[in-house]
Amino acid sequence: MNRSVALAIAAIGAAILLFVPPFLKNYGIYLFSYWLVFVIATMGLNLTIGYAGQKSLGHAAFFGIGAYTVAILMKAGFSFWLGLPLAMVGCFFIGLALGFPALRVQTIYLAFATLGFNTALWLVMRNEEWLTGGTFGINNIARPGLFGISLSGNLAFYYFILGVAVIMCALLWKLLSSPWGKAFTALRDNPIRAESLGINIQAYTLLSFAIGAVYAGVAGALFAPLVEFIEPAPFTVGASIMMYLIVVVGGAGYFWGPLVGSAVGVILPEWLRFAQGWYLFVFGTAVVLLMLWLPDGLLSIPDKLRARRLSREESAARAARAAQLGAQR
Amino acid sequence: MTDFLQLLISGMATGAIYALAALGFTLLWQASGTINFAQGEFVMLPAFVMLAFIAMGAPLAVSFLLTAIVAVIVLGWAFKRGIADPLLRFGLMPIVVASIGLAIAARNGIRAGYSAEAHPFPSLFAQRLFTVAGVNVTLADIGTLAVALALVIGTQAFLAKTVTGRAMQAVAQNTESATVLGINVPRMIFYTFAINAVLACAAALLVTPTYLAKFDMGESLGTKAFFAAIIGGFNNSRGALLGGIIVGVAENLAAAYISPAYKDAVALVLFMAVILFRPQGLLGKKVERKV
Repeated sequence: MNRSVALAIAAIGAAILLFVPPFLKNYGIYLFSYWLVFVIATMGLNLTIGYAGQKSLGHAAFFGIGAYTVAILMKAGFSFWLGLPLAMVGCFFIGLALGFPALRVQTIYLAFATLGFNTALWLVMRNEEWLTGGTFGINNIARPGLFGISLSGNLAFYYFILGVAVIMCALLWKLLSSPWGKAFTALRDNPIRAESLGINIQAYTLLSFAIGAVYAGVAGALFAPLVEFIEPAPFTVGASIMMYLIVVVGGAGYFWGPLVGSAVGVILPEWLRFAQGWYLFVFGTAVVLLMLWLPDGLLSIPDKLRARRLSREESAARAARAAQLGAQR
Repeated sequence: MTDFLQLLISGMATGAIYALAALGFTLLWQASGTINFAQGEFVMLPAFVMLAFIAMGAPLAVSFLLTAIVAVIVLGWAFKRGIADPLLRFGLMPIVVASIGLAIAARNGIRAGYSAEAHPFPSLFAQRLFTVAGVNVTLADIGTLAVALALVIGTQAFLAKTVTGRAMQAVAQNTESATVLGINVPRMIFYTFAINAVLACAAALLVTPTYLAKFDMGESLGTKAFFAAIIGGFNNSRGALLGGIIVGVAENLAAAYISPAYKDAVALVLFMAVILFRPQGLLGKKVERKV
């Protein structure tokens, strides 16, 4: 894509994110916030599956750990600002631990190992009422303040989430353009070659899980005060599968994939509500068709167009050469 | 002790049904590398089709046969041509996501288009209770176990003894050599999809009388089938049977002796242990990684 087009899209995107929400009703602001929370979570998943090439169907578990850490600590009287870093650290280490199966098993086995972890965590959330409130959940989670500014209003909290999302996005960008980032993609493209080039593939596999988990933890920590009530339902295996779907539909391994994918996974179902009972049917069908049309996700459209243009130019050039040869004869 | 035996037998009956779904799942994986996340829905849909045929006045056996034919066409042929074939060359991710989309569509299509309620389903077996040495066993449990075992062993025998079956195994082991040997690879892969569809119908016939026909019945069934397939060994069809029975028995015993709330956790613990210590599954053969 050429640079000016990219800049124009970025400017329009930023303008929408900054200036549209004040004109929306509460539900619209909520949807924008919800979308951003998913963008943060799936950015991390994109690192794990899109860049490092691992399989993970347990991302919602970390989302849940983040949310419950913040909620439980805040209920115990601690500040959000203690809960957030604790959620991040907790997710980092649990993510690291979950990476260990990835050293032993690959592809679909790994997907199911992470899925199993998610199920286990969900069972704990549902059954350990003393800690998590069981199916009743934890309610009245307060929204935090920042430097003395109250973030309890919907719009204020939206801007807070937006700020966090921008920071997380910038950090990921930095990480991916560093030698570390290259090591992750090397791990995805050819682990054996990466290893023989001196990349410690064990360490990078574990890190890709751990860093991905931190993103989900941050998203969860924001999700709890956003919805002000948490229960086990948003952190099921189904939610993990949805996050996986978001990353692949947006384009796994494309930096902005989660942005587009989350819009499909979060906003499209809402927008389809006019179809009433049928809306999830329409959504599922749309996902199937989308995969058939663009197996590499929505952000592969520019690549596809470029490939088509190149092949057209090439065939034009070939035709011209043939014509020239014909004229010479 | 009698309680234990009763739980064991009913667990084996449920497990044998999981094994049917798991077997189809592993066959698809071996023959074509398809991971079908809609496997549970492949059991749910035939249950509703059978109900529709029954509502039209067909007896159970006839409606099963008709459903099996419809399933081979829709869940076998159309699924392969429409979704699996075009996506498989792009690797694992697109087919996984497409089958997830398919599962969402199937589940909610039934909910919106038919009903969100649970529907009773006629049982293949009469309501009878046997008491052998103080152990109460229902005819349904014994019958389910027998039919499911017969199907799994029949599929095994077909794969091991017939020419077609051997050819299918050849395709699963090495597609290129199979092609060189003159085996019609696409046709063999289609047979696998067809067998998967028929096994799913049979699982529906056996499981629905107890689970009831409901739009979301496939969700837990699909997960159990995955667990069973992995515990037994993903690249071994006999493993599916062992895995299914282990999962069925384990959850039954856990519900009775440990805690109903953590009934699903036992299969999970087994599954995690297998993944970590014997990723090829209990009966599976180790596959070396390729450079």
